[in-house]
Amino acid sequence: MAESPVIQIDELSKIYTVTEREAGLVAAMRSLVKRKTRDVRAVDGISFSVSEGEIVGFLGPNGAGKTTTLKMLSGLLYPTSGRATVLGFRPWERNRDYLRRMTLVMGQRNQLVWDIPVIDTFELNRAVYRIPEAEYTRTVGVLTELLELAPLLRKPTRNLSLGERMKCEIAAALLHRPWVLFLDEPTIGLDVTMQRRIRQFIAEYNQRTGATVLLTSHYMADVEALCKRVIVIHHGKLLYDGDLSGLADRFAPFKTVEVELQNGAGGRPLDRYGEVLVQSEGRITLRVPKVETATVTGRLLAELDVVDLTVQDPPIEDVIEQVFSQPDGATSHLPGTVADAPFDSQKQ
Amino acid sequence: MTAFFSIYKGYFRTALAIQFQYRIAMLIWLLGGIIEPLMYLVVWRTVAQQQGGAVGDYAVNDFVVYYIAMMLVNHGTFTWIMWEYDHRIRMGQFSALLLKPIHPIHSDIADNIGYKFLTLTVLGPTAALLAWFFNATWQPDLWTLAAFVPVLFLAFLMRFFWEWTLAMLAFWTTRVDAINQAYFVIVLFFSGRLAPLDLFPQVVQSVAAILPFRWMLAFPVELLLGRLTPGELLIGIGAQLFWLIAGYLSLQLIYRAGIRRYAAFGA
Repeated sequence: MAESPVIQIDELSKIYTVTEREAGLVAAMRSLVKRKTRDVRAVDGISFSVSEGEIVGFLGPNGAGKTTTLKMLSGLLYPTSGRATVLGFRPWERNRDYLRRMTLVMGQRNQLVWDIPVIDTFELNRAVYRIPEAEYTRTVGVLTELLELAPLLRKPTRNLSLGERMKCEIAAALLHRPWVLFLDEPTIGLDVTMQRRIRQFIAEYNQRTGATVLLTSHYMADVEALCKRVIVIHHGKLLYDGDLSGLADRFAPFKTVEVELQNGAGGRPLDRYGEVLVQSEGRITLRVPKVETATVTGRLLAELDVVDLTVQDPPIEDVIEQVFSQPDGATSHLPGTVADAPFDSQKQ
Repeated sequence: MTAFFSIYKGYFRTALAIQFQYRIAMLIWLLGGIIEPLMYLVVWRTVAQQQGGAVGDYAVNDFVVYYIAMMLVNHGTFTWIMWEYDHRIRMGQFSALLLKPIHPIHSDIADNIGYKFLTLTVLGPTAALLAWFFNATWQPDLWTLAAFVPVLFLAFLMRFFWEWTLAMLAFWTTRVDAINQAYFVIVLFFSGRLAPLDLFPQVVQSVAAILPFRWMLAFPVELLLGRLTPGELLIGIGAQLFWLIAGYLSLQLIYRAGIRRYAAFGA
């Protein structure tokens, strides 16, 4: 029998009613009598499931509905319609047993008490989450080692740098060893070294504990390092759910061919081989439809004085950009969107 | 129960650590709590002296003891949650509280009690100093002292529940300052903080009796002054229990609706 998923979402929607008015005094006075409201569909009927131990990247541009979804899953928001269960709980009922088994890391203002040393916040969380003393000591030890927290624990939160605070936030959020982690931009604002460290830590935590992770990030390095599977959301709708590697195939069916020529192009038209992306000195970068890659490379090698030639998948950033640059509604016509294949790649 | 004890211990420790960080702010708050009753004390004492030693059945010494007791009872029961909630909701800090596996009221109660205990070290000697300065005489019965402990505890809880409930109006309006201000004026008037309720016209006293405010402040103060009979004490405790239960139920009801509301406009 297939194991039931840890996170199960069916047709989940969230509509916000926002008030709005025109600029100016007359409009301000009119709004006193009659308020104009507008419905905003932040999340529009999305469905997916996540199995135990998976790390899933939840991608989308600003305002796509990622954070709203995470807030619904962590119990901060009531959905307008649809169903969701996490670990068998309905999140917005905020059952205490559920809250003890999940965590939401959202920016840098969740866990830590501003005016007291970090270790005191940890102690407070120990009491609130009812963590047994021995387990707490062990967990703090592990987190301190993995995140290199030792020099930070005695400092008040307000004296920590952004990166230090984020590390401590993450540690505080994991003291109770949650089974499900909702991480909303966990590396935002951090330098490259710190981003890498946090990334390694998330991977290690997942391996050690088997926790399920749903992660949003604007840094593709995070997603590439951690997530085999990604879910792409845009305008509140689910666009893609599948392997990260499949994302490029579906949304960017082309390859990048980089050639270095002995004597430069010598005035020869190169656009007959593909779209010229970059041309400098003797190096040329071409975008070639995936199905034509073999033919084009053959022709390049036969017709030009090629010193070096490399064929690559486009960077994931470019693929994502390609997806998000689609106008509203246009993406549903793209090959491989969920309209075509809703859950074919999901683990069960 | 042991778990709750441990949680409260953690909250107390945090509250005290934070209070120590903001010592000056804490003393300024405290100063406000001392000056207000002291002002009324001086005014009413002067009036009583000029009217031949009494106003109504309050002699000069009664006013002194009344306002010193009022200072202590108000200190024991006051909350600042209505100011805090507004900020908490507007700045989105409420989300962090909602994610914890415990009702947010517990940290507020612990925070409040932590502050009270810390500041009592200043307020207690201040009260003694004022009593000495104004030559106050006070000879309480043992039973009134014994009854005062649960009465003060009930007053604290009912005031806490009601003000926490009112604070939740911040879920519906982002400008609760005006409501807070109106509330504080009503409390000032009907709780006996401005003047002993016995000195007000009968109609005001009747209204005060059916509102919760006198049971939060004037009632424990009158008990300390030995102005209540055992029968009046029991009626008062009954009124406190009624308002406590009503406050608790309102809190639950409004909290649930408030959370939905909070969730609706985006946590």
